[in-house]
Amino acid sequence: MDIAKKKRRIALGCEGSANKLGIGVILHTGDPTRPETCTSTVLSNVRHTFVSPPGTGFLPKDTAHHHRAFFVRVAKQALADAGVAIADIDCICYTRGPGMGAPLTSVAVAARTLALLWGKELVGVNHCVGHIEMGRAITGADHPVVLYVSGGNTQVIAYAEQRYRIFGETLDIAVGNCLDRFARTLEISNDPAPGYNIEQLAKQGGRVLLDLPYAVKGMDCSFSGILTRAEELAAQMKGGGKGPDGEPFTGADLCFSLQETVFAMLVEITERAMAHVGSSQVLIVGGVGCNERLQEMMGAMAADRGGSVYATDERFCIDNGIMIAHAGLLAYETGFRTPIEESTCTQRFRTDEVLVKWRK
Amino acid sequence: MAAADAQFPPPKVLTYPASAPPSLVTQGAEGRLYKTTHLLPDRPCALKYRPPKPYRHPVLDARLTKARISSEAKVLEKCWREGVPVPAVYAMDPAAGWMMMEWIDGIPVRAAINEWLGERPAELEERPVEVDDTPLVDLMKRIGTAVGALHRTGVVHGDLTTSNMMLRPRESGGQANGCNGDDGKAKALEGDVVLIDFGLATQSMSDEDRAVDLYVLERAFASTHPRAERLFGTVLGSYKDTFKKAASVLVKLEDVRMRGRKRSMLG
Repeated sequence: MDIAKKKRRIALGCEGSANKLGIGVILHTGDPTRPETCTSTVLSNVRHTFVSPPGTGFLPKDTAHHHRAFFVRVAKQALADAGVAIADIDCICYTRGPGMGAPLTSVAVAARTLALLWGKELVGVNHCVGHIEMGRAITGADHPVVLYVSGGNTQVIAYAEQRYRIFGETLDIAVGNCLDRFARTLEISNDPAPGYNIEQLAKQGGRVLLDLPYAVKGMDCSFSGILTRAEELAAQMKGGGKGPDGEPFTGADLCFSLQETVFAMLVEITERAMAHVGSSQVLIVGGVGCNERLQEMMGAMAADRGGSVYATDERFCIDNGIMIAHAGLLAYETGFRTPIEESTCTQRFRTDEVLVKWRK
Repeated sequence: MAAADAQFPPPKVLTYPASAPPSLVTQGAEGRLYKTTHLLPDRPCALKYRPPKPYRHPVLDARLTKARISSEAKVLEKCWREGVPVPAVYAMDPAAGWMMMEWIDGIPVRAAINEWLGERPAELEERPVEVDDTPLVDLMKRIGTAVGALHRTGVVHGDLTTSNMMLRPRESGGQANGCNGDDGKAKALEGDVVLIDFGLATQSMSDEDRAVDLYVLERAFASTHPRAERLFGTVLGSYKDTFKKAASVLVKLEDVRMRGRKRSMLG
């Protein structure tokens, strides 16, 4: 039967582009050709994170091993939480990219296995589009400028003519990568996430704002120079160096200064994109989007422009399976399929490569 | 205008008594542009004001505002000294976030070109040969000359569009009052091209930066004036005539075009 005519449509989504393995089940109802009649319900959203020891990052090999080891457990949990039978599922969605090669591959293989085992069709999903669609569904922001900030991506995006267009992005490393690597320098715990721990530590700092480079070029930005300088300052701190006020500074002051600087850059490029496209809504997605200081700064900027900020919490900001299920099901309803022989994955997959057929 | 003024508190410098009240001209992401007067009531000037950003740490905000006003003024001053058509800087207070510049009369080049193209009967679109585009070609040449002069001084604009160029009417003695028909229309594209808004400008001598500057202009031209896109070669031609090192920049421009990447959706 025509999937678009079906009243209840269910998809299972598998995500594993970085150190989170996530599997979720989503339910869509209503007529997909009339989006205003549609509802999305999260039936389950299970995640298991690979946490590496302080001072280290997650390596592709170990992360892929984690995903392979936990896939069956997480999938069973997601099905049990959702309370749906295998027969109820319409399609299996998986992350095609972008992300780390080995973890992507292990999850793609698992998704393919499920599709063959249960006789379901596959849908390959762009990870970034998954974040954007989930953010829109949860917050109800209908035409926002999107700031997508995570460990691997930093982009300012706006929708126009069936594509999510990238207006600005990082010229080198992602903002989350900058924060993660700085956490390693200070040997801050990676549990639950390095960015979360930097945020908590930053709340104790702030006596001084240490001078860091500020690198914005139009709607693009750059973080590698800031990281280098922050690492130099951390070395000075360990050697008993003094801050601009002649007093010693702490790791908390460094975390505070790093956050204030990189978030100001992100808010600035977002504001420029909003002025460019004439939008007053801004949606923050991606792992760094959980940061309450970033949300607060973005809120102040949006309020100044007479608009508002939309953000979600860790369930949907941090990589998860449900966003892959949701974006995959939206594409599936328009007739999109990924034949098994084409069900590859790729480390490089730009947001604007996806034809967004489900939006006007 | 009054409503816009009420919406934002003006910078302190504009709150002193003056014979001509200031008016808000535009509000961008970066800052606001006011029209006011400098020293004499009949000497109009533009005041660019970068208001404090409430989301930014005050120390960082002060540092950025100061650096940006100073660097913009420095770049304008350099261009002005070397004869690039830009507004002259009259006064500034980087710590307070403002800079006063010469007021440029006229309309943006974007508006002038659109007006020129807009009057053209649609059925002529397929037979461009029959249209005399000499005044437009002439304007394109002046754009290329202005950009060439800019790059010659070691400055890249960072946001070259036809909105960031003004067409300043020439002050001529023998003003033909009763001009009509084609003659009057041709006059619409007369005047000097003046480059404005150096908020994103940087000092650079690299071919790459210059090529990106040209590429941004090319893309902006294509999206703003698609009907005149075929004339863009004229801009590059006069750019080459003005700027000695243009040849290697134009080679680089080919690379930048090939890369294309995300810039393709901007305009």
